[in-house]
Amino acid sequence: MVDSTSPPITVGVLALQGDVVEHVRSIVASGATAVEVRTRSDLEGVSGLVIPGGESTTVGKLLERFNLLEPLQQRIAGGMPVYGTCTGMILLAKSVEDGLDGQPILGSLDVVVARNGYGRQLESFEATVDLSLPAQEPGSFHGVFIRAPRVRSVGPGVGVLARMGHEIVAVCQGNLLATSFHPELTSDARVHAYFVGMCRAFAAISNPGPDSADVTVPAESEPAP
Amino acid sequence: MEQGTSTVKQGLAQMLKGGVIMDVTTPEQAVIAQEAGAVAVMALERVPADIRKEGGVARMADPGIVQAIVDAVTIPVMAKARIGHFVEAEILQSLGVDYIDESEVLTPADEQHHINKKAFKVPFVCGARDLGEALRRIAEGASMIRTKGEAGTGNVVEAVRHMRAIMGEIRRLKNMPEDELVAFAKSIGAPLELVMETQNLGRLPVVNFAAGGIATPADAALMMRLGADGVFVGSGIFKSQDPAVRARAIVEATTYQADAAVLARISRNLGEAMKGLDVASMPQSELLAVRGW
Repeated sequence: MVDSTSPPITVGVLALQGDVVEHVRSIVASGATAVEVRTRSDLEGVSGLVIPGGESTTVGKLLERFNLLEPLQQRIAGGMPVYGTCTGMILLAKSVEDGLDGQPILGSLDVVVARNGYGRQLESFEATVDLSLPAQEPGSFHGVFIRAPRVRSVGPGVGVLARMGHEIVAVCQGNLLATSFHPELTSDARVHAYFVGMCRAFAAISNPGPDSADVTVPAESEPAP
Repeated sequence: MEQGTSTVKQGLAQMLKGGVIMDVTTPEQAVIAQEAGAVAVMALERVPADIRKEGGVARMADPGIVQAIVDAVTIPVMAKARIGHFVEAEILQSLGVDYIDESEVLTPADEQHHINKKAFKVPFVCGARDLGEALRRIAEGASMIRTKGEAGTGNVVEAVRHMRAIMGEIRRLKNMPEDELVAFAKSIGAPLELVMETQNLGRLPVVNFAAGGIATPADAALMMRLGADGVFVGSGIFKSQDPAVRARAIVEATTYQADAAVLARISRNLGEAMKGLDVASMPQSELLAVRGW
């Protein structure tokens, strides 16, 4: 999918707290340049953002205290792709069960998630999930779930990209992607590669260069409401 | 579906990176820590500064207190067990804590053997002063390492010494030819396989936090700049004049470790830090870092 003719692209990893370097590694393996994002100006320079695994209350508080919550919501509204793993899924969700009172969230993705919905660390687990990314053959993926959020319900505009039995474990809505598991803890970069593809499509629309006609835009390119 | 694997045990530590883990002795303190932005709390009976002052044998906290702390917060809860005291560890595991710290801050229960951490489903963090000690603990199943520092002193000098020792030995190892690895493993008292893995990775095979004597936002940032993946703060918060304000500033400093202007802003008006002790003038018998091997 990525070859030497792909234009350079910069994807940010929110670096307030969490497993940042693991995501940087997966983004680089998917053929993009990865940068750590800690400030508003860092945020302006990227064509997509990963919100890594971490402690959602900590990351939410830091987003709020350092005035990043609104700029990030604005970039989401402007169509920038965002991929949240675990904590990132919680922060993107419209509604969080068992969160902390007043826990700051972005509230952009039309899903209800239960924080630590599979239990505490003793209940953390590894399991095979059924992954079905748009325009790709369905396959299995090794899911690592750590005090993971559990998807309780999804809105009508939300696509389901992975299931574990009946459980929804990965979703997509317009420019937003979220998994309750951690692909960055494995060497399988399929989910990150798909996300980098979303970022490429967004970059091609926002900065149309001479070669932009050659860029294939995935079907779901509408920004989330 | 598999639980208690090394991936999920080490994985939780990876999710705590860039964060601050705070010592708490009551549910009220745990809530203050969570509000400040701690990524986890460490439940214990007395903070290290009080253990020093009061003396006596320091043990695992009362399970009732640990349970109350688990119930009070939604962030992960860690708790301390004595070195070698695998029954304290089993009790803590049964309470559902998220991590166990096999800690030199408590009075060791076994002078020869650390806990066989591989036998547990709950992950462990252990203290280390150098690379050999870190790799011995990992060989026993530790899923996370922290520097020992000198707990309860409010003096960061020992944590710096231990972090520089670990990072320096890894830098030396990175350039070491293969035919010198066996002698190196022997000299630091670590299993060859873990020495080779460390060389390949160019870092410890598990997450490595700083601990012991961190009392200010600048101390936390210093440890991050020396290569720590995150920090533990023990007595430094709840032995200071205004714990909530200081805790929040230390969280922010850990994230914005490299931005001196931000550090200057968040370090203002925090009230008095804990008083602190000069480690160099302390008798050997009062040092906690020498416990364990």
